[in-house]
Amino acid sequence: LDIRYPIGFLFLVVGAILTIFGAAGSDPSIYAAHSLGLNVNFWWGIVQIAFGALMVVLAKCGASKGDHEG
Amino acid sequence: MKLTSVDWLIMLLYFVFVLGIGFALKRYMKTSKDFFQAGRALPAWICGLAFISANLGAQEVIGMGASGAQYGIITSHFYWIGAIPAMVFLGIFMMPFYYGSKARSVPEYLKLRFDEKTRGLNAVAFAVMTIFSSGISLYALASLLQILLGWNFTFSIWISATIVLGYICLGGLTSAIYNEVLQFFMIVFGFAPLAWLGLRDVGGWEGLKARLIPVATQQGFAPGTWTESWKHMGSASANPLGVEWFGLAMGLGFVLSFGYWCTDFLVVQRAMAANSISAARRTPIIAAFPKMLFPFIVILPGMVAVALLQDHHGGFMLPPVSATDPSPNYNMVMPMMLGHYLPSGMLGLGFTALIAAFMSGMAGNVTAFNTVWTYDIYQSYLVKDRPDTHYLHVARWATVVGILLSIAAAYLANSYNNIMDVLQLVFAFVNAPLFATFLLGMFWKRATGHGAFWGLFIGTAAAAVHHGLTIPIGATSLVKGGWLGSVQHVYPSEMAQNFWTAIWAWTSCFVATIVISLATTSQKTDAQLRGLVWSLTPHSDKGETETPFWKRAAPLGAVVLLLTLILNIIFW
Repeated sequence: LDIRYPIGFLFLVVGAILTIFGAAGSDPSIYAAHSLGLNVNFWWGIVQIAFGALMVVLAKCGASKGDHEG
Repeated sequence: MKLTSVDWLIMLLYFVFVLGIGFALKRYMKTSKDFFQAGRALPAWICGLAFISANLGAQEVIGMGASGAQYGIITSHFYWIGAIPAMVFLGIFMMPFYYGSKARSVPEYLKLRFDEKTRGLNAVAFAVMTIFSSGISLYALASLLQILLGWNFTFSIWISATIVLGYICLGGLTSAIYNEVLQFFMIVFGFAPLAWLGLRDVGGWEGLKARLIPVATQQGFAPGTWTESWKHMGSASANPLGVEWFGLAMGLGFVLSFGYWCTDFLVVQRAMAANSISAARRTPIIAAFPKMLFPFIVILPGMVAVALLQDHHGGFMLPPVSATDPSPNYNMVMPMMLGHYLPSGMLGLGFTALIAAFMSGMAGNVTAFNTVWTYDIYQSYLVKDRPDTHYLHVARWATVVGILLSIAAAYLANSYNNIMDVLQLVFAFVNAPLFATFLLGMFWKRATGHGAFWGLFIGTAAAAVHHGLTIPIGATSLVKGGWLGSVQHVYPSEMAQNFWTAIWAWTSCFVATIVISLATTSQKTDAQLRGLVWSLTPHSDKGETETPFWKRAAPLGAVVLLLTLILNIIFW
């Protein structure tokens, strides 16, 4: 079991949830989103999708080299 | 604080993945070595992240956030002085002995180096301490969930304990380590936005410095005290820790730090699971990289919180300590900051990170307990010479019993807070002298089993006597010291008293071990001590020069120390 797969998949799923939730409009009552003008769900979701994808790619590269655990 | 369906979905997903990892690993657990030592097959980066994550328990996330608010950037000493040097020392100088000796646990190393009674003393003390530490972590998590989400205390305890039990029973140490790596990333992704949003909200680092000036001056300190880590360490009265530089460097930076990071099996076990001696040596040094940056994730939000409290900027508030004590409850800094800055969705991620931190700390304690119980107590004293499958079976039951005892300890903490204070005090007495024993054991071949055993006893007694004869200013309870009747010294703070108690314990143990060793005869021959003592172990650099520097412990350690020095200078 290469731990990078479950980590990558978890962050891909959580990132997708946050991005979709953010794109649908954040809760305007939340102080940070309201005051700082940030859709933190959307952007942090994108960051997590990128991280999750990176982990899966690293795991695939490792597997092709016969390196099952990094 | 109210979580929405998307928050619960993220939390549920995390728990499914955690248990899924345990199920995926179950079929690989065929021997006790697989279960207790992860088959000694894991790469350095996994062991390194697990090493740091096992230490990321309740105290780290909640406690350091609170300390950031109470003391400011000076709290970073617990990382840059109180952790990094010891982690580098462990990797470069001590892991070759722990790993190379083929000892399966830290107490077993003591048996190989000294004798059976020293191992027995360490194993029993460690097993009891891990159960109580695990119980305290469970109690803190359940209390927090009760306050923040209105969860029932009993429900919180049993659901958290059952999940930890599930993934450890299924996949042993490998499952714990894999989940600790997952928890590490959850914690980083859950808390990093807090630091960034908070800092942005108060106008960046310069804005934060300006807002923290009145926090310092109102308490009678120099204006920059909350944002300068070394400048005010000249005297104990000039900084909120109430500690002077020597007490900090010796008490925290040497005795307590090296005593924890270099001898505590909970963290050393992660390095012992590595797939080679080179990977084992790099494990704590790899862990030191994120460790040196953690102040920015856990301390900075605390500093932002106390700055926001000055004018209740954005409506930020902290609940009072209790109905009778209206002062702000700093232990609520991290949860309240999560609620203040994060919208639904990210709030679920933040809370999941909080729960992950508690669970990783608890799992670390339980895996260390089941190993020490099975190898160092059950197999050594109770039932010897049984087939390996028997000990694998015992290991799973030890995990169940360990979790049940942790739950009992959590209820004990809930009912009798003072008992837990006394127990933690006793553990501090037992832990303080430990590093002296290991240091002499590894670097002085003349140290004997009698010297080690009685040195530990004398060191522990010295800690108790010092604590019993001193008190910190304002102490109202005997748990804080002075219980021997005649108070000989009053310390400016409880932290200063703790640091000096550790210094006395370590010094007494060090001197006593040397004197008793010189007066007794070693039962070990040089051949038996090979691989256990520095002077009798060949140090081969063969092949080391061809490997790149990032795969060698010493150059990697030098980089870590240099970066830590730079951080100390930046925040001087």
